[in-house]
Amino acid sequence: MIEIKNLVKSFDGNEVLNNISIIFERGKTNLIIGRSGSGKTVLLKCVLGLIDVDKGEIWYNDRNFTLTGEKQRKKMRQEIGMVFQGGALFDSITVEENVRFPLDMFTAMSPREKQLRVAFCLDHVNIETRAYKLSPSEISGGMKKRVAIARAIALNPRYLFCDEPNSGLDPETSKVIDRLLLDLTKEFEMTTIINTHDMNSVIEIGESILFISQGKKEWVGTNKEILNSHNKKLNDFIFANKLYAQLRKDVEEG
Amino acid sequence: MKFLFHAGRYFSMIRMVFARPEKHRMYVKQLFYEIENLGVSSVGIVVMVSIFIGGIMTIQFSYALMNPLYPSYLIGLAVRDTLLLEFSSTMMALIMAGKIGSNITSEIGSMRVTEQIDSLEIMGINSASYLILPKIIAVVFIFPFLYIISVFFGILGGLVTGPITGTITLPEYLEGIKTLFVSYYATFSIIKSLVFGFLVASVPAYFGYYVQGGALNVGKASTTAVVNTNILILFFDLILTRLLLT
Repeated sequence: MIEIKNLVKSFDGNEVLNNISIIFERGKTNLIIGRSGSGKTVLLKCVLGLIDVDKGEIWYNDRNFTLTGEKQRKKMRQEIGMVFQGGALFDSITVEENVRFPLDMFTAMSPREKQLRVAFCLDHVNIETRAYKLSPSEISGGMKKRVAIARAIALNPRYLFCDEPNSGLDPETSKVIDRLLLDLTKEFEMTTIINTHDMNSVIEIGESILFISQGKKEWVGTNKEILNSHNKKLNDFIFANKLYAQLRKDVEEG
Repeated sequence: MKFLFHAGRYFSMIRMVFARPEKHRMYVKQLFYEIENLGVSSVGIVVMVSIFIGGIMTIQFSYALMNPLYPSYLIGLAVRDTLLLEFSSTMMALIMAGKIGSNITSEIGSMRVTEQIDSLEIMGINSASYLILPKIIAVVFIFPFLYIISVFFGILGGLVTGPITGTITLPEYLEGIKTLFVSYYATFSIIKSLVFGFLVASVPAYFGYYVQGGALNVGKASTTAVVNTNILILFFDLILTRLLLT
């Protein structure tokens, strides 16, 4: 579980996050949604400790992340897996080596154990053995995301963060990634936080949704509640897509 | 103010670079890769440039020392001392700042803009140390060897060009190479190449590590890095010459 208490962050006097409080639960896919520039990436970076907060607290279970020193933070980060928007795979090494990298860096596993773990992680994200020796530049965008997920779960993290995991992907591949994130969250009992503005993901896997607007917490709920919400800002955001406006109409008409 | 900002951030980065590595074995593996990638791959260009410069200097000195009062062997002596004192250390460092420096900035800069550095940080890895330390050690280690290779092939260039162009005979050239040899010149230049090696690796790494924006900014950072490294090389050349040679 990750708990955020009264988080405030400003850049040059411009308040980007205004008093955000939320609990991201374990074993659930927690989504942060909002327009571009609403502050969701800043929120994610604050939770990860990549940006220092001005006020407020971030708790990883019973540990106050905002008060921990750099050494302790480094240790805590080994419990965190992160999937970046572009995958952020290391260009100079192969798919297999990318997934093995955190194992080489932080474990005392034997080469055989590492090989098995790499195969386990890549198998979980449906990467075929023939792709193991390819470099990231030789694989598709969807595969890159899947390899990034495999690398993120290699150390068996307690917390999984994803920044726009579906950006640049076709709807079918996006659905595969969404299912994968949901299944992995359940299987490994992780606290998963996904930053997205993909409405398909919201409806598909949004077990807990935080909607941010202009740096403020605007709405919290589930994917089942979101289509019936009466929050104007949230409705403007969701129903900008005519498909969802139609979907709501259909729901209302029974 | 801008200079102070960059100087402060550079030294703060250097402090991070020399922090205790997470896993020594991974750093050693990376070090060998960098020696191959940055050092061994530079031998070819060093050999080529040195042979040509040695040959060109031989011809130019023969014109400059055309006066019959000057003994011909002075050409060999002048080529040797120019290579030993300045060309093979300073000029070669300036050339390497272009080759190795731009390589380092673009590699680290690309990693920054594609979030690979953030990815290392989130894993709990000191990205500055993991990416930059092996490069600094590799370049500092390889620079004295490049210096020696450059001196050798520069002299060889003159040795081949002189007799072929008829500007000096082989025995005269060889006599010049042996005459009034001061071994301290080599020691002095090796000290210089160690300092230049550090600059050629660390300054471009700094510009790459703190790049912001996209691919265009990586290109701009590479140019800025090479220009600044060249200025610093010449500045430190002046300081070291004053300190060690006068």
